[in-house]
Order: sequence, then structure tokens, then C-alpha cells
Amino acid sequence: MRVDGKGLIDRSQPVAFRFDGNRYRGFAGDTLASALLANDVRHVARSFKYHRPRGVLTAGSEEPNALVTVGRGAATDPNVRATVQEIYDGLEARPQNAWPSLGFDLMSVNDLAAPFLGAGFYYKTFMWPRAFWERVYEPFIRKAAGLGALGDEKDGDHYEKAYAFCDLLVIGAGPTGLAAALVAARSGARVILADEDHLMGGRRNAETLEVDGKPGHVWAAEVVDELARLDTVRLMTRTTVTGAYDGGTFGALERVAHHGPRPEGGVKETFWRIVARRSVLAAGALERHIAFQNNDRPGVMMAGAVRAYLNRWGVAPGKAVTVFANNDDAHRTARDLVAAGVHVAAVVDSRADAEALGDYRVIAGAHVTGAQGRKGLEAVTVDGPNGAEKIATDCLAVSGGWNPTVHLTCHMNGRPTWSDGIASFVPTQGAIPGLVAAGACNGDFSTSACLAAGAAAAADSLGALGIKAADVALPAAEDAPYAVAPIWAVPGKGRAWLDFQNDVTVKDVKQAAAENYASVEHMKRYTTQGMATDQGKNSNVAALAILADATGRGIPETGTTTFRPPYTPVALAALGAGAQGSGFAPERKTTSHAASVAMKAPMIAVGLWYRPSYFPRDGETTWRQSCDREVGHVREAVGVCDVSTLGKIDIQGPDAGTLLDFVYTNMFSTLKEGRVRYGLMLREDGIVMDDGTTARLGPEHYVMTTTTAAAGQVMRHLEFVTQALHPEWDVRIMSVTEQWAQFAVAGPQSRDLLNGLLDQPIDNDNWPFMACGPVSIGGVAGRLFRISFSGEHAYEVAVPARYGANLFAALVKAAEGMGGGAYGMEALNVLRIEKGFITHSEIDGRVTAGDIGMGRMLSAKKDFIGKTMAARPGLVEEGREQLVGLKPVGPVKQLTGGAKLYSDGQEPVRAHDQGYVTSVGFSPGFGHFLGLGFVRDGQARHGEVLLMVDHLRDIRTRVELCDPVFLDPEGGRARG
Amino acid sequence: MRIVCPICGARDRREFYYQGAAVALERPAPDAGDAAWDDYLHLRDNPAGDLDELWSHDAGCGAWLKVTRNVSTHEVKAVRLAGGAS
Amino acid sequence: MRFSGLKILTEGLTGNKGWGPHWRSPEPKPEYDIVLIGGGGHGLATAHYLASVHGITNVAVLEKGYLGGGNVGRNTTIVRANYMLPGNSEFYSHSLKLWEGLEEDLNFNVMHSQRGIINLVHSDGQRDAFVRRGNMMRGQGDDAEMLSPDEVRRLLPMIDYDQTRFPIFGGLYHKRGGTARHDAVAWGFARSASDRGVDLIQQCEVTGIDVEAGVVRGVQTTRGPIRAKKVGMVAAGRSSQVAAMAGLRLPIESHVLQAFVTEGLKPCLDHVVTYGMGHFYISQSDKGGLVFGGDLDMYASYASRGNLPLAEHVAEAAMTLMPVLGKARMLRSWGGVMDMSPDGSFIIDRTDIEGLFVNCGWCYGGFKATPASGHTFAHLLATGQPHETTVRHRLDRFRTGRGIMDEEATGSQHNLH
Repeated sequence: MRVDGKGLIDRSQPVAFRFDGNRYRGFAGDTLASALLANDVRHVARSFKYHRPRGVLTAGSEEPNALVTVGRGAATDPNVRATVQEIYDGLEARPQNAWPSLGFDLMSVNDLAAPFLGAGFYYKTFMWPRAFWERVYEPFIRKAAGLGALGDEKDGDHYEKAYAFCDLLVIGAGPTGLAAALVAARSGARVILADEDHLMGGRRNAETLEVDGKPGHVWAAEVVDELARLDTVRLMTRTTVTGAYDGGTFGALERVAHHGPRPEGGVKETFWRIVARRSVLAAGALERHIAFQNNDRPGVMMAGAVRAYLNRWGVAPGKAVTVFANNDDAHRTARDLVAAGVHVAAVVDSRADAEALGDYRVIAGAHVTGAQGRKGLEAVTVDGPNGAEKIATDCLAVSGGWNPTVHLTCHMNGRPTWSDGIASFVPTQGAIPGLVAAGACNGDFSTSACLAAGAAAAADSLGALGIKAADVALPAAEDAPYAVAPIWAVPGKGRAWLDFQNDVTVKDVKQAAAENYASVEHMKRYTTQGMATDQGKNSNVAALAILADATGRGIPETGTTTFRPPYTPVALAALGAGAQGSGFAPERKTTSHAASVAMKAPMIAVGLWYRPSYFPRDGETTWRQSCDREVGHVREAVGVCDVSTLGKIDIQGPDAGTLLDFVYTNMFSTLKEGRVRYGLMLREDGIVMDDGTTARLGPEHYVMTTTTAAAGQVMRHLEFVTQALHPEWDVRIMSVTEQWAQFAVAGPQSRDLLNGLLDQPIDNDNWPFMACGPVSIGGVAGRLFRISFSGEHAYEVAVPARYGANLFAALVKAAEGMGGGAYGMEALNVLRIEKGFITHSEIDGRVTAGDIGMGRMLSAKKDFIGKTMAARPGLVEEGREQLVGLKPVGPVKQLTGGAKLYSDGQEPVRAHDQGYVTSVGFSPGFGHFLGLGFVRDGQARHGEVLLMVDHLRDIRTRVELCDPVFLDPEGGRARG
Repeated sequence: MRIVCPICGARDRREFYYQGAAVALERPAPDAGDAAWDDYLHLRDNPAGDLDELWSHDAGCGAWLKVTRNVSTHEVKAVRLAGGAS
Repeated sequence: MRFSGLKILTEGLTGNKGWGPHWRSPEPKPEYDIVLIGGGGHGLATAHYLASVHGITNVAVLEKGYLGGGNVGRNTTIVRANYMLPGNSEFYSHSLKLWEGLEEDLNFNVMHSQRGIINLVHSDGQRDAFVRRGNMMRGQGDDAEMLSPDEVRRLLPMIDYDQTRFPIFGGLYHKRGGTARHDAVAWGFARSASDRGVDLIQQCEVTGIDVEAGVVRGVQTTRGPIRAKKVGMVAAGRSSQVAAMAGLRLPIESHVLQAFVTEGLKPCLDHVVTYGMGHFYISQSDKGGLVFGGDLDMYASYASRGNLPLAEHVAEAAMTLMPVLGKARMLRSWGGVMDMSPDGSFIIDRTDIEGLFVNCGWCYGGFKATPASGHTFAHLLATGQPHETTVRHRLDRFRTGRGIMDEEATGSQHNLH
């Protein structure tokens, strides 16, 4: 119910929202949880395993119970914590994981079967009959599992990623964080202050305690105000620091726009990478529960949360509130409620010497032993020094004490340290280099201790950076000692909950111990305690205390499980922002891309590049028709193909030739100026890395080409050789792939075409096969290489990229005028297969020079990368698969890439495996398919017939092995 | 993780390419024998402590760097150009 | 005690007091016939098969932490037999068959779910490469189909077929592949081995290996010295440290692999999917969380944790492939230590020291191999001969170049596999 005169909400701004199909009203500043509690809605969800009714437990992101789905369609957001979701007009939220309704959930029948569904039950059964696991049990388990459901549509919201840098990152804006930020800001340091809430101040917004003689939230707002006016301070609200990583890097999620309707084109969330020279963790502490029979009823809440709902949101979660605690802090809840006119039935305090802080009944030395009211608390039973009693109550505020929020300090293999003084864990300082934990997260719970710790942490951090810390007078604040007497579970029959979402009880932990899952990691995995969406924030310490007890060890000896990022869950859309659709990888386009698209060429991805597959002409209805025609252009007239994507590396210097001799298997220092040579490059392990042609343009100037696929790898390799292996060589290298647009002009009429464009004509004498050099085209300084990948008389002409589009247009127009035209990847593939030229389909990263018939290219005269390892016995022995040509000779004429080759007349199984097919293409010239492949000792088996079977495509035929060069083996056409 | 490139300054790990242990710098002579080459390419100390490694500032200046880094804590202890030039 | 539905019923009706320890916690004896260094999935499996197949039970598994605390304690749970190269092809085929009988063998529900794995392809060339792989699988006697884009769409409606950077050209579908509950595998093997008499010694770190005149004599541990006739090193990411205790250097570099899980969601993904244009794979666990991962972080590490660039890259792959996952929230991330080998394939072999055997080099693919790794390592330890499916997996294959199994075809740089 709403309480008058309390709360930081804005009662002048009413808000209408829906939950579970019902309309409710709240105010600006309410969360869904506070607004529902204000409307007396206590049952908001169901637990995972037993589908028991669940109500709001906490007032923060650690909430394990009140998970709802917000939105519909593309905006469906499952597993939203109602305690964090700010309400706005039109907000629509629904319960999850309950069918047919929240009120009547059929799966709650699981609760009746609870004795059979204890920890690990599924490992002991569901095995018979064998087929049933997959067909019956597992589908049922899967359907019952999971909490919320994703929407069916693509996430239509917009997400971003960003970087931020600072001297000091302060994580948490409660009194500790505010004090730290203030000191740092006044010292002139660049500060980032981040808090997961939209209102900075931490628990100052939840307490009636004064700071500096004024209400805590007023003091906090004043500090924030001062910080907001400084350029050197970045205030990040609604921002959770999710992880601590190496080198002072932190991940953080900013929930930019969850507090209003879908932003039109605006950003919903931003994932930040924050690099901080130093950091202060001021993350506060989280309250913990006490386990007792049926402590999971809606209406049982954390005492600090009840206080927050009262003071910050003006809501009393019940009309007759009872408190159950083992510490003084929880009494503040009773005191505040009474002061606000809310009835407090009693404070049940386990400590025999407990005293009231105000005008309410205290039952000291007593425990709550049970809670009644399945869908909403109605009463609790209490056992005390004066016997048992039943108290009518609709809200039980429980406090087992506070656990410092140590998580971030453990993200880099650190383990927290047990502190007997607070019966909880504190951070081990230094676990994150450069990060200091201060305040409640470091075990100091009084406000004045927090202020001092925050200021000191900032001062120390600044000192380490050589920045003089400003002197800041700390305000007066309460300094009550923290008095707690640990109690983890109230003995008794019945189930007592530890993990509310996964339904893990004290019995489950004890059973795990009995079954020898005694390590805390085993207990966690076996019972699933701590594996829910809250990652055990409210159950970890109690569970391990119970495990410790059950296994006869102390808590420190039992240890904790590992805390790992993210501190609270992060949407994949935020972590992967920018990658939807084409954003995933850059698109590299050649200078002829636009023209190719205009010519209706389908563009296919080749690595990050796009290249045209074929150029369809009117009347052509299949790609084969276009491909066959384009092959014909090149063999009979002239074709033009953009080859800019092949890597081009410019190499200059007195030792350029030496470098090439070292990275290629064959000699390049002996290459004459104005000539091009084919080169083979090995990896240091002796396997072929890449091939290409390198042209010598000058005495100390070469240009190397690589394949498209290996360009980056080769460049990195050359950098390694020149920088690391031979820094003494005088040579410079530069990637110029994108600086030059390069086109193949191939076919019997290629020279004629070029002579129509070049400023100086060429002929067979001044430009023989494998010649290269500078040329001028329409006044533009370019380069011409007479090399051929098609086996025809051919050239590659290169101009600076800014002229590429125009040159392509001119070349294609000229070619069409001569009965030819542009050709794409399909035709390119057929042409090169006809000539037995290899690509990375053949040199796939496992073949040697010998395997592809290029053993003679390994120079005996010099050392080169890969030489020694290429001579390993396994790389030169008999039986290796060697490159062969393949011709179909069976009734079926189709060959397929990836098909296997088996001994003829044998069963196509592994025992008869002879090799495989790498590349195939239909040759219009030969009138049938040609293929390249690898066969054991293939070079000695030309003429032999093998069985080709493509099991997957269901194609079977016989092939004859032959020399891979099908067409013009003498090479006369290229030399014409 | 951040690495201080001697040429560009401190940069995030994502700008770098990792090759492996810096033993790759000590390329054996071609006739050094099987064992030396097997050692060079394959065998590794693989310590759980400080390791000299080779990184390249691939998305930056392209410099090859010899980095001393503790592989259990990820702490970067020293960075220099691989070629020995400072 | 035999597990069954009936047992659950009877125990449930009588207060669940009859469940006893799943394994014993014995004190280590001064001597065993065989000592296994490493109590992860592979070590525990080896112990089970030594006992169940070879009747060798005077065995100790020495684990420095808690049983199954490494990869098997937190992996992406994928089980498959879709390797291409001879050596691996037979081995993983053998492993999958063992998986198919595992629950019965162990009397423990490892929740082996053969829901099928689909390797997406994004170009004609990539399709051919996967067809080659599938043809190899079929030749081996395993199952493989190449699905058309429409067939992929019917199985995986949540993929973005319209706007994705790299369109779907099809997928290699291996129906017998799937997932299994990783912890259950370790616990099932542990329980069986312990029941058969193998001693599982936890919190027992091996600090030295005793070798005299080229023969192994035993080990030194934090719980005292233990003599042994044979010692099997099966320590995954820590293999180099263990081998160094015997003066051996291994061809291993240890790297970090991260894996991730989202909050639990209602079923939305029924198969295991791998992306072909970025290292990324995803499936949905029976508890509803999406389990996914990608590449190594690519720098050597023993820290069992990674950094943001890889986590972001994996989320980016998820977003380009399945943008409907946008509001699924990453709940937890892990990192582990991967023993990377120069060809990406494993090593099960004797060493130059008599009685000392090594099982390592699993890179990030060891989970699916758990039964066969145990089975074949047990075979080697028991008989002195390699099992027929591991004859190629020699320690010296890198030096000789014989039998290298480079599935990724990236060469001897360890982290490229």
C-alpha cells in the first residue's frame, strides 16, 4: 500500500501500466516492483523447478524472484527484474513460466512430487527405455525448462558500443563512491562515476539516516550536482560495471532507454569498454536471508528492501509487518515503519540480548520457524524463549546480515577472504591491479566509515598516479557498529529455501554432501544452487555455510565458487552491437563493383571482398549459359576480369631480391628487370602457403602478388621476416592491394584491345610473355604485366585505383566491340582448371610442393622458409596424395567438388579410399566436366580409372586420371 | 588487456596479432638437424609464468613486438621491437 | 547402488535417506599398478575402462583440485563425429559409438542428446569443403547430409536469412551429433571407477615424477609419495608442467578458451549450430540457457579467464546469424586452459621413459572424445599397444611429418587450430 508523505517518487506524474493483463497506476520514479507492491500485488512469478508462487524479494538487480517479460513482438524482453524496471506510460509486463496463468499454473504439480525431484534426481533416472530419453523425457524437460521466452522477430532496437577513458573509475555512487568521486574530481582528475541505478546515492535513497545534518538523499543529490558541473567528470547512471578485465579495462552496460517507450531510432543500450588508470570499487553490500520452513512465500522480503520501498518509493509492502533478523541494522526497518504509521507486529531477533530501536515489540532469542500463505504471506510461526506463537502478518522482513559485494574483485582469479567480524567475505585487496575496494563492499558498514574509506581510496589511487589529492572535509554521519550473530538456517522439518529461483533447499545441500559432492563446486553443480539468474547473490554464503557444517569444515576451508563476469546479465544485442546484418564484417568492394552490379552480375563473397560470379546477358536463363559464353570469349576473342582483390605488395631496397629469395622456393634475385616470374611460397613447416607472380620493375623494385585469400597472411609473414628474422636487410615493404585497380585482359585479341587504349603500342617483341613495366593509358601512369591465369595470350593492366572504374568501363566496351566481354568467377574457374592452374582449393594448407608437382621449384642452392621441414620423411614419402587431372569416363558425366575417389570396382568405404576431388568445372571446349583432385601416388597413375562417389550429393561415376593440364600443355597460346 | 606499442602507445589487445613464444626468432640453420627444427617449430617450455612472446600490431603500425608477459596473471612486463631496434 | 526410476520412487517415499556417496574418498595407498595424473573427464574415463574392460583396478586417479574441475566442469557440451582426416575419423567415430552406450555402461544419465549438429556453409567453395568432410564421414560409416538453404531454414527458422552479411548456402547435417551434460559424464565415470575399486584421490597435487635409469618409479604428491609401475599423464592444459617433472618437453602451448551461457529461456533452438564465417557455435541446454562459444582468445594463458574482444566477437557472430537472440542475456562467462598442439589433433602415446604415457593435445575439442580417450588410453596402458584408432596419434609425428592430422590446415603455429 502507498504511504503518504514518504518516497522520492514524483506524485505529480502518475503513470499507467499493465501487468498480467491488469491495469495499474504508479508514479514517475516507481519501479514495476514498487508500483505492484503499492497496488498490493504480491504474487508476481513462479519458481523454476516447483513452480511455487513468488513475490518481490529485494529492491535491486540481485532479485531472484520477480522476473517478468516486458513488451511484445520484436520488443519482447524476457527475464526482466521488476525491481529494476522503471515504469512509464504504456509499459506492459507479463508473468513468465506459468501456464495457463500465474494464478493457476499446472506445473505446480511438481511441488507435490518434490520428494522425488531432489538434487540430481535426473542423473539417476530417465534412462529407460533407451529411446525414451530423446523422444519423451528430454523434450518434456526442455519445455518445462527456461524462464522467459524470446520473441520471434529480430530485435528491432538499436544498440551501441563505446569506449571511455579516465584516471579514476568509481564503481557505485553510494556514500563511499560519492566521497571518492568528490575527492578525485576536486583534485582535477578525470573521473567516471558509474551506478546501476538512475538515481545516484546508493542506500542513502533508502534510509532516513542523516548525512551532513540533512536527509541522506538530499546530501547525495548535492554532491551529484557538483560533480555534474565538471567537464572532467562523467556521470553514468543506469550503468552497471559488469566485469573487470586485464589492463584496467572494465566492461559496463548502460541501460539507456528501458525507462520509456521504444526509442524511435534511438539507442536502447550501450556496452562500454572503460579503461581506467585506477579504480575504486564502492559497490556496497547485499542483504542475505535466513532459511526456515517455507521461507519462499510471497511477502517474505529482505528487511533492507522493505525499508527501501518505504523510504524511497513510499510503499509499505504489508499492513502488519514482522521483522526476522540477527543484527541491529534490520531494526531500522521496524523503526522507520513505525515512524511512518505502519503497524509492526514484532521484530523476531535470534540474539538473546537484542533490544528495540524504537516503539515496537521485540522477541529476543527467537526464530521464525515457518511461513503460511501459499500465494501471499498470512502468518508466521515463531519459536522463542517463551514458547511457540503464531503471528498474523502479511510481510516478513528478513535479514541474516549483509554480504559485501565482492564480485568484481574476483574476476581475475582472486578469492575473497572470510571475515569473522562480519561473518561474511571481504575482498582480497590487490586482486585486481589498480583497484581498491572501499566502504560496505570492503566490510565497513557505517555511513561515516564509508565516507572516510571512499575519500581515502581516492586519495591513495590519485597518489599512485602522481596527482595530489584535494583536501575534502567529510560530512558528519552515523557510525553505528555492525553487530551480527550468524545464523544460516532455522532447524526444523519441512523445506527451507536457499536459492529461490532454482528451488534449492537446505535439504538439497545436505543431500549433496551425503552423496560426496563435498566440494563447493560439486555442491553447486549438483544442486544448481547459485546457477540461477542472480548467480547466487542471495544464497551463496548460506549454502556454503550449510555445506561446511555438513562436511565438518569451517567456512574459509570450504571456500567459494568463482565469481565471473558479467556481474548482472548483458543482452547479446549490446555485447554484439553493430553486428546485425552486414555490420558483422567489413565489405570490400573493387572499383568495378558498381558497374558489375549495374550489369546484373550476382556478387559473391570471397573472404571480405565481393566479386562478380558471371555477367548475364539478355536471353540467358542459367548461370551455365553465361559461364560457357564467357569462357568462349576468353578462348576465342577477349575477356576482361577485375583481379584487384589479389594481394599486391610493393618491395623496394637493395635487399629486395634477397628477401624474395628467402620467402620463395625459387630464385628471384636473378629475375631480370621488366620480367615477371611465378613463385611458390612455403610455410616454415614445409607446406605450401601461397603462390603468385612477382614482377621486377626496377633494380631494387619488385611487386609481389598473392592470392586474394592469403594476402593478409603473406603480408604479415613478410613483415615478420623483415622485422624479426632479418632486421639487418635493407628493404621496405608496403601493401598496395587497394591502391591499384588491376584487370586481366585475356584472349587472342588481348593485345589488339590494349593497343586501342595504350598511349604507346606493344608487340610480341617489346612485350613478350612474362614481361612487365610502366605504361601510359589515356595519360594515366599505369603498369602492364603479360601474365596469364587462363592460359591464353593475356595481360594484367593496373592503374591507380581512382581510375579503376573508368578503365573497367573502357576495357569492357572495347572487349564487347571485339566479340568478347567481361567475365566473372565461374568462367575464371573453368579457364584455370582447363590449364591445371591451382588455387587454394588445391593448396588447402596440407599439401607440399611435391604433391602439386612443383618439387622442382625447391631450389637446392639456397635456404628458404620451409626448406628444411619440407624434407621431413612424412612429407616426401610414397603414398602421399598428389595432384591429378580427372576426366569422367563413366555413363554419368558430372564431377563434383568434395567427392571421394575409391578403387574402381570396390565398395566406396574408407578402406578403399584413394583420394578426393578439389575443383570441377564444365569445359565448353571439351564438352564435358573436368576436375582436379588428389590421389595417392597420383603422378604415377595417369590413365588409371577410379570410382568417384559423392555420397552427399548421390552422384557416382568413373574417372580417368590424367595430367592436370588439359588444354595446350605446351603453353603456346599464352606465348603467341 | 593492453599492450604498449613502442611506436603507437598503449593499445587494446584487439589491435594485435599473437604468434606464440619468441623462440620463433631463433631460426636454426638449415642443416641444424631434426631435433633442432622439431624443437623450434613444435616443442615448447609452455611455462605457467613469464614468457617472451611475439605479437604484431596488426591493426596499427604493423610492428612485430617481443613482449614479456606473465601467462598466469596476464601482466605485461616489457615490450620491445622484435628486431632489436629500440 | 544402482540408479533407476524405481529407486527414486522408493527413496522419495522414505525421506531420501538411502542415497550414499557416489564415490569413495580414500587415503592414497603407497603403491598402485597404475597412477593417472589428472582427474578430469579423460582421467576418470581411463580409470573406468581400465577397470571395466581390462579388469585393472589397482589404480589411483590423482586430482589436484576437485574431480572434473577442468574442461568437463564447464564446456559447450558438443558431442560429434565429423572429423575429416584419417586417424581422427576413426577415433571420433569410435567415441560416438561409446557415447551411444554410455548411460547403460555407467548407470548414470549423462543426458546424451543426439539432436543433430549443422555446420553452416556460406559459399560454393565452402560447401565443397564440407561435402568432402561429409563424404569422409560417410565412408567411415557415420552419417552426413548436405542440406539446401531451404532445408536449413526448416530446421533453424531463427537464423537471419535475409540480411546477413554472409548468406546461408546450406549446411552439413550430422544427425548423430549433439550434446551431453558435461558434469554428469565426469561424475558417471567417477562413480563407476570408484565402485570398481579405483581410488579417486582429490586435493592431491603431483609435484614430481620419479624416474630411475629411464624407467618411471612413481610420483611425489602433496599427500606423500606414491609408487607406480605405470604412470599416465592426462592433465590437459597443464600437460607441459606435468611432463616437465619427468624432464620432458611437449609440443604443447596452453591457451585460454572462453565459453558463455545465457539466462534460461523457453526452447528456441533444437540443434547445435556452427557458423561458417566466424568461429561460433551455439546450442540450448536442457535447462534453457543458450550455450555458445567461439575461438581461442589467441594468446597463451593459464589464467582460466579471457578478455572482452573475444566475448564481443562471439556476441557479434550471434547477432549476425540469429538477431532474434538480441534480448537473450549473457549470464556467465568462463575460461579454461587448452592444450594446443601443432596440428590441432591429440596425442596418446608412450614416451621415451619406460612406463610413462602421455594423453594430451586435445586443444578445445576434448569433451566429445572423453569416452574414447579413456578407452584407448586404458588400452595403451593395459596392453602396451596403441588402440587401432590411435595408431597415428604419436608424440613424434611432428618431427617426422608422418601422420600429421591438420584439420584446420593452418600449420604448426599452435594457436591457429
